Amino acid sequence: MLKPAFKTLFWCISTLALLLGNTVQADEFNKDDLNRWQTQFDKVVQDGRKLWVTPLGSNGVSCAQCHPNAANTHPETYPKFQKQLGKVAPMWEMVNWCLSNPVEGKALAADSAEMTALQAYVTYERRGVKLEPGKH
Amino acid sequence: MSHVINRRNFLKGASALTAASTLPISMIELAFADSSQNFSFAYISDAHIQHVKGKDFVRNWDRGLIRAVAETNLLTPKPDFVMFGGDLAQLGKKEELDHGAEILSGLSGSKLRCVMGEHDYYLDLGQYWEKLFGPQYYSFDHKGVHFVVLNSILTTDEWTFKRWPTAVQRMNEMAGLDNPNGSPFMVGDKQRAWLKNDLANISKETPIVVFSHSPLQKIYKGWNFWTDDAEQVQALLQPFKKVNVIYGHVHQIQYNQIGNISFNSVMATAWPWPYPSTYAQAEQYLPKLTVEMNRADPFFERDATGWQLINVATGNVDLHYSLSNNTSRTVAFNSKTGQPEDTSYQAPEKRIPPQSHF
Repeated sequence: MLKPAFKTLFWCISTLALLLGNTVQADEFNKDDLNRWQTQFDKVVQDGRKLWVTPLGSNGVSCAQCHPNAANTHPETYPKFQKQLGKVAPMWEMVNWCLSNPVEGKALAADSAEMTALQAYVTYERRGVKLEPGKH
Repeated sequence: MSHVINRRNFLKGASALTAASTLPISMIELAFADSSQNFSFAYISDAHIQHVKGKDFVRNWDRGLIRAVAETNLLTPKPDFVMFGGDLAQLGKKEELDHGAEILSGLSGSKLRCVMGEHDYYLDLGQYWEKLFGPQYYSFDHKGVHFVVLNSILTTDEWTFKRWPTAVQRMNEMAGLDNPNGSPFMVGDKQRAWLKNDLANISKETPIVVFSHSPLQKIYKGWNFWTDDAEQVQALLQPFKKVNVIYGHVHQIQYNQIGNISFNSVMATAWPWPYPSTYAQAEQYLPKLTVEMNRADPFFERDATGWQLINVATGNVDLHYSLSNNTSRTVAFNSKTGQPEDTSYQAPEKRIPPQSHF
C-alpha cells in the first residue's frame, strides 16, 4: 500500500529539485558573466566612438567636430520636447536630425547597430550625470 | 570712455545686406583728448573652410565666413584693419587656404592680418599659409598701441617631427579637438625669446594687444583650451600697465583678468563649441568672470557663431560680438573694477536661461 505513495513522494521531490535547479541556473551569474557583459558593452561604446569621429554623411563633417567628447548632446534629458520637431522626441530622432542636416547624410534605422553604438558612446561620456528627462 | 554702437540700425542694415551698401553703425568715442587716436578693428576667426572634393566645400562653414566678410564690409566708419584669428582651413589643405583667402579677399578697404591656427599649420607646418599671409609671428604699431601676433599652437619637436608617419596623419591627429593623440599647444622658447626682445624697447605705459590662436591661459587641457607655457608668456607681459590678449580656437565667449592682462576670446564663424564644463568627465577652469554665450540652437545653423568689432579707445579693448541668430553682446573693460565685463549680463540677476550650460 505504501509503495505508490513513496513513488509519488519521490517524483515530487525530484520535480521540485529540478525546478529549484532551473531557478538557480537562471538567477546566478558569476564574475566571468559580469566581465563578458562589460566587455560587450565596452566594445559597443568603442564602436560608437569610432563612428563619432568618422564622417557619416556626404560632406566630411563628423559628430565630434561640433560635439567633442559628445558634450552638449545631453542624453540624460531625453525624451524631451523639441520645439522645431513639434513633439516629444527620443534621442535617436535627434541623432538622425544631425545626420540628415549638418553632416548631410542619411538617417539610420532606430534599431541599427550603428544607432545603438552612437547612443552607447554618448551615454557613456555622460556617465554619473543624473537623469533629467524633459529638461531643456 | 563712452562709445555706442547703434544696434537697431546695425541689425536693420545687416538684414538688408543686398539693399545697403554701407552699414549705419554710429560710434561715439570720447576716450582720448585727441580723438583721432581712437580706433576700432574687426576680428573674424575660426572659419574652418573644409574641402569635400573637387570644387565642393562644406556649405555651412563657407556661409559663416561669407556672412562675416559681408557684414564687416558694411561698417561705417571702416575699421582701421581686420584680423583673422586662425583656423581658416579645416585640414590645412591648399584648396582650403586658397578658398578661404578668396572669401577674405572680399574685405574691402581694410588691411587684413592673420593669426596661425593649428588647422592651418600641421599639414605643412605653415608653409603655404606663409606664402598667402606672411610671417607666423610678428608685431606692429598702430596709433600708439603695440600689437603682437604669436603662433601659439606649436608643440614639442618629438610630436611634430617624429611621431607620425605622414604629414596628413599629423594634421588629422591635431585636428580632432578631443583626440587623446593630440598634444598641448605652446609658444615655445624661440618665440618667447623673440617676444622678450620685441617688448624690450616698448614703454611700460604703451598699451599692448597680443593676438594668439589658443588662450594664453589654462582653461581645459583636454581640448587645448590651453597653452602649456602660458605663465611664462604672461610673465613677459605683466610689467606693462595695459595688456590685452585676444584669442580664437575656443568658438565661444570667454573673458578673464590676470593682473594687468585682460583676456578675451572671439567667436567662430563656423560652429560653436560646448563649454568644457559640459563634459561631465572633465576637470576644467573656465574663468569665473565669464558670462557664457547662449546655448546654441542647432536648428539655426549660424546660431552661436559670429564676428567682432573691437574698440581700443582707452588702451583696453571692448569687444562687440555680432551674433548671427542671437542678441549681440558687448564685453568691455570696466575701468572702475579693472576687468572685462559684459555690459548687459554681468550681474548674476541679469543673466538669462540660455546662458546656463550643463
